[in-house]
Parts: sequence; structure tokens; C-alpha cells
Amino acid sequence: MVTSVAYPPVAAAPPSGVWSWITTTDHKRIGILYGVTAFVFFLIGGIEALIIRLQLARPENHLVTAQRFNELFTMHGTTMIFLALMPLTAAFFNFVVPLQIGARDVAFPRLNAFSYWVFLAGGLFLNASWLVGAAPDAGWFGYANLTSRQFNPGPNIDFWVIGLQILGIASLAASFNFITTILNMRAPGMRMMRMPVFSWMVLVTQILIATAFPVITVALVFLMFDRFFGTTFYSVAAGGDLLLWQHLFWLFGHPEVYILILPAMGIVSEVLPTFSRKPLFGYAVVVYSGALIGVMGWGVWAHHMFSVGMGPVADSVFSATTMLIAIPTGVKIFNWIATMWGGRIRFTTAMLFAVGFIAMFIIGGLSGVMHSSPPADLQQTDTYFVVAHFHYVLFGGTVQGLFAGIYYWWPKATGKLLGEKLGKWHFWLMLIGMNLTFFPMHFIGLLGMPRRVYTYRPELGVAGMNLTATIGAFIIALSVLIFLYNVWRTRRHGEPAGNDPWGGATLEWAIPSPPPVYNFTVIPEVSSRMPVWAKGGMTPVPAQPPEPIHVPGGSFWPLLAAAGMLTAATGAVMHHLWIVLLGGAILLFSIFNWAFEPFEA
Amino acid sequence: MTHAAAHAPQQHAHYTSTGLDSRKLGFWAYIGSECLLFGALISTYLVYKGRSVTGPTPHEIFNIPVTSISTFDLLMSSLAMVLALSAVTRGDKIWARVWLGTTALLGAVFLGFQYYEFSSFVREGLTIKTSLFGSTFFTLTGTHGAHVAVGVLWLTTLLVRSFQGKLGPEKALNVEIAGLYWHFVDVVWIVIFTVVYLLQ
Repeated sequence: MVTSVAYPPVAAAPPSGVWSWITTTDHKRIGILYGVTAFVFFLIGGIEALIIRLQLARPENHLVTAQRFNELFTMHGTTMIFLALMPLTAAFFNFVVPLQIGARDVAFPRLNAFSYWVFLAGGLFLNASWLVGAAPDAGWFGYANLTSRQFNPGPNIDFWVIGLQILGIASLAASFNFITTILNMRAPGMRMMRMPVFSWMVLVTQILIATAFPVITVALVFLMFDRFFGTTFYSVAAGGDLLLWQHLFWLFGHPEVYILILPAMGIVSEVLPTFSRKPLFGYAVVVYSGALIGVMGWGVWAHHMFSVGMGPVADSVFSATTMLIAIPTGVKIFNWIATMWGGRIRFTTAMLFAVGFIAMFIIGGLSGVMHSSPPADLQQTDTYFVVAHFHYVLFGGTVQGLFAGIYYWWPKATGKLLGEKLGKWHFWLMLIGMNLTFFPMHFIGLLGMPRRVYTYRPELGVAGMNLTATIGAFIIALSVLIFLYNVWRTRRHGEPAGNDPWGGATLEWAIPSPPPVYNFTVIPEVSSRMPVWAKGGMTPVPAQPPEPIHVPGGSFWPLLAAAGMLTAATGAVMHHLWIVLLGGAILLFSIFNWAFEPFEA
Repeated sequence: MTHAAAHAPQQHAHYTSTGLDSRKLGFWAYIGSECLLFGALISTYLVYKGRSVTGPTPHEIFNIPVTSISTFDLLMSSLAMVLALSAVTRGDKIWARVWLGTTALLGAVFLGFQYYEFSSFVREGLTIKTSLFGSTFFTLTGTHGAHVAVGVLWLTTLLVRSFQGKLGPEKALNVEIAGLYWHFVDVVWIVIFTVVYLLQ
């Protein structure tokens, strides 16, 4: 399986220095770049959340203005979804998937670098709006009319509408890359139904990205044309329908929810078996239910729109599909519990986060099913009840799942184990903090406090619960600081991990930590779903490569292409056509050089 | 594994799980994604059909005979594309250039027709700002036209590579993928022509 003996042998030391990171096409390095960048955005989004909570800590507070508050909740949502959680999952896709399926890299290494740089460009562009004092202010959902030039004349929405399109390009490029990688680059013998569940969930997620992102791209293009060229897509005066935006947005938006949660489900499905010392209960059912969630995720979007008056037929249909999608989700929860049942459980930090994921996700799932009933939804929609619901899913679910993955694969990525003692402090503080923050919001919402309003009257009787939520948010912040301290401490004093610190079952645990540039000295043949656990589950991977392995060199064209895109976006928001054209020219120039540079993946 | 190598026409026959070349598989994923892009654009056109509050209306302004000619032109370009791939695969440099050039030229002619159509619509009072019809029509057909323009640029690049002597049979996959793109853009046009122009 080694490509060819004609290539020069691998250099003894991996290339280092800033230039080697800028031009890297190694999936492991790109994964680390994604992880670090996304974590910085996670901190920025977290600070935005803390300011929101400070503003709401007491009634009639004036820490920030109503306008600033709009900008804060818009950027908090946009940042957390597009700049923190999605790219954090992308960090895992990059680092883990090629190792799990027994590949040397992804199918298109330079396209992978392109995805990262475009993501970075989009993130910087969106946040540059703070620097010019015009952050997006129409909510992460950007409902039409709030976003029209007439009602929102500044550049705020321009940053949002262009930034999201850039981020969409990054996600789409990555999705084609990972669909191809997973379908085409599995080690010999690794049939689809022998593939680790995490890689399976990545495949489903990428298919959702490839299909959902074009839809929001179209919605955003319409909005951009309305704002820049005076089209009438969302103009009521011209006969347009504001619900067009809502339909297109939620057609993307609901699959997006599964794009955020399925990778975390995949991570948990790896962590639980390892620390229960048992194979995943009902592997095939977990895989099929994940795929089913991906399919059904396309048929529930209008449950975000019960309050707009779609009529009884549409309401009933979307109510029924929403109830149905709870079934494959529930199936997974029982599979995870059954995996732990009777296992030899080790409560490492990764395991604690995985168990925390299950518990919190159940709460978020239950409040989600409550929304499936239109009469109930009409009471809850636009209140803090909904905020409570989706934070249980996205924080209790996705963020805890991601932290489970961080503690689980950190030793694989760095060769050192994160401190368990600090890790447990991190976990318990985060769990307590998130419940203090989000549980009261159920009641705050049911008592009638609307979302997205910058303050509230003391007579509403929710001041105490709001203060509790604010305290909880700062406990979460403290837990994140402990995590950062843990990371810093691990760099100096971390225990060396060895190949397989946890006793994992999948291929990545059969190679050194951190893995060599080429991952596998020899691509193993796999004959089991748990190649490392099963006797004779895989052919051995020798410590030294028996013959030289070709490792592709770097390329800086992906970075330059992303820079061209950023230039064009900057020109557009400044209304300077020549800068847009310059950016387009840089992009085109980079693509041609990319296509013709010698590069053998 | 050996049969996978036999199917892959270029020099470095990597092992792949499906036996398909990764570039081809990745490109199919991209085309699948593009279906949703055009699906959303066409759906919007249909949802807004007949809801404009000002004219001109589609049947006042469409010139079906002219658009039929440009449609025929684009269909013929797909035929030329097939012949170009065939010529490249068998190593026939002359005919490869002829058919690649023909495909690109027919694409450029289609763009010329579109330019003529757009400018005559603007003269008759339909711009992208005029009405829902104007906005949806120009955005949908303009997006398609942009795809054709990218295709013409791509085909021209292949033609230049051929003249440089760098488009031998071992590069047939490059042409095949360009062909996949070209045929896809052609099929999208058939849908647009049917839904937008013919079904009134």
C-alpha cells in the first residue's frame, strides 16, 4: 500500500517554524490549527455571553445599550455556531478521521488547508465588525426585514451576510473532502460497517453540510443582492414574502442543529466503550439511527416557524415529523446506557464529560420534544424557555461532547495526558455552572420573559433567577480557565501518554502519540470493527517504515486563495469595486497556481 | 485492489476503497451540493411566480425561439465535450483540441446569447430591481451563466494545456471531471429552460 519507492525518504525531524505551519497540508496540523483558532473564538463568544449575563443580572440594568445588546446576542450566537462549535468539530474531523480509518491524510490535503484558511478569514472578517463599531445586530437567524437596507442601513448586516458566505465556502470545501476521504481512503478490510462510529457520524454530518449549506448560501445571496443591488427578494412592497427567508434559513438551520450534535454523538460513542471496556451496544443501530437522524433532519425545519401561522396542515405535519425524529435520538441514548451497563467503568475526565453529555442531552431533548406540539410551542417560542432548551443541547450536548473528545484525544495529539485532577474540577464546575445558568431559564421563559430584549421590569419576578443564571455563567467561565490552566500545566508537567493510554479499540491507538507525519508506517489490513481489541483484528504496524514513505510538501496557494477572498469581502463591505476585483484576481491567480504546482498527495 | 488500479487511468493508481478515483468522487459530492443550490434558486423562482406587482411579465418578454437556439447550442456543446474526452483518452491531440475548442466556443456563444437576452430585457424595462420576476429571473439565470463562464475558462485552460503538450491520455481524468461539470451545467439549463421559459 506504500505508494512508491521512487520518492525521497522522509526527513528525520518534522518541519518546524511558522512557514511550515502556514503552508502545511498535514491533516493533523490543520486539525490543531482548527482547534486552537476555534477555541479562541469560543472564548470570544463566551465573553460576549458573560456581558449579556451581566446586563441581565438585575432588572433595568444599563451596563450596555439596547443596540449593543442586539449586537452581543447576534455575535454570541453566530460566533458560537459558525466560529467555535463547527470548527471545533472540524478539528476532530481533521485530526481523528484519517487516523481512525487508516489513511495517511485526507483525500485533498491542499483543499483541507484552504478550508481552514477560509474559515479563519471568515472569522476575522465577522469580528472586524466590532473594530469598526458595527457588529451584526439582527440575531444569528437574521430574520428578513430586520436585515433590509431600509431598516438596517449601516454595514452591520453586510459583515454578517458576507462573513457567513465565506464560512459556508470553508464548510462546503471540507465536506467534499471528508465525504471522499471516508468513502475512499479506508484501510483495506475496513468495510463501512467496520468503521468507527465517530467516522460514521462525521460522514453523516458532512453529507448534511454539503446539502444544507447551499440553501443558506442562496438565502444569503438574495439578502446580499437586496442590500447591494436593490433586488426585491425580501421586499414586501414588491410583493415579496418574508417567510421565504425563514423557510430557506431553517431548511439550513435545522440540519445545522444535527451538524452540531452528530459529531459530539460520535465522540461519545468512542469514549463510552473505551472506558466501559465493552464494545458499543448495538453498533449497527447506532450507525443507522445516526443516518436516520441525518435524513429526518431535513423534514422538521418548519417547527421553528409554528408562530408565523402556516396553517393547521403544515403545523400538524411538522409536529409529527418532529416527534418522530426523537425516536432515533432516543435509541442512541439507550444504546449508550446499555454500553455502560455491566461494564468495567473508569470515570476519567473524558468519561465524565461523556456521561454528562448523555444526562444533559436528555434534558435538552425532552424540552425539545415539548416544542413539537404547536400549542405548547406558541407559549414557549421567543421566550427564555427556548434559550434553555437549545443551550442544554448545544452546551450540555455539543460542548460537553467536545470536551470529552479533547480529554480523550489530547494525548494522541500531543503525546501528553491532560491532568485528571484539574480535569475533574473542570468537569464538575462546568456541569454545576451550566445547570445554574440554563435550568432557571426554563422558568424565566415560562413566566414570560422574552428572548433578545436587553432588560426586564422588576415586577416580572424573575430577577433572582436571572442573577442565578449570571452566577452560573461565571462558574462556567471559571471552569474554562481551569481547563486552560490544565493545558498550560500539561505542556510542562504532563505525563507521557504512550501509544494507547486508555486502551482504545480503534486504529489511532495502534500508532505513536503524537503520530508521525505519515501516520502509519504500513497501512494495516483490518478484519474487525475493534481492530486493536480483537485478536488478529489488524495486521501489525511496525515501529519503523520498511520502505521510504512519500509525504507531500506544503503549499501556500490555499492561504493566498483565502486571502483573496478576504480582500474581496473587505472591498464589498467598503463598497469599493476595485478591491473586490483585486480580491477576485488574487483568488483566481492562486487557484491556477494551485492547480499547476507539482504536488503528489 | 488490482482491479482498482486497472480502472484508474492516470499514472499513480492509488488504492481507493471504492475503486473510484478520489477526485471523481469528490467532484460528485460537489455536484450533489450544487443540485441543492440550483434547487433553492429554482424553487424561489417558482414560489414567486406570478406575484410581481409590476410588469413586464414573463410571457410579454421571453423570446422562446431565440432561447431555443441558445439551448440547442448548449446541448451541442455537451456532445462536443463527449467527443473531446474520447479524443483525449485515445491520445488524439488534433481532435482533442478541435473538440475542446468547440465546446468552449459553444459555451461562449451561449454566454453571448445570454448577454443579448439580458440587455434586451433591460431595454424593455426589466432589470434585477424591477420586480420579483426580475430579481428571481436574473439571479437564477445569472448564476447559471456564471457557472457556464467558469466552465469556458476551465475548458480554455485545458485547451492551452493541450497546446503545451501536457494533456496526454494519462490526463484524461482531468478532462472527464471538466466534462462532468459541463454536463451538469447543461442539465441545469434544461431544467431552467423547461421550468422558467416553457411552463408559463
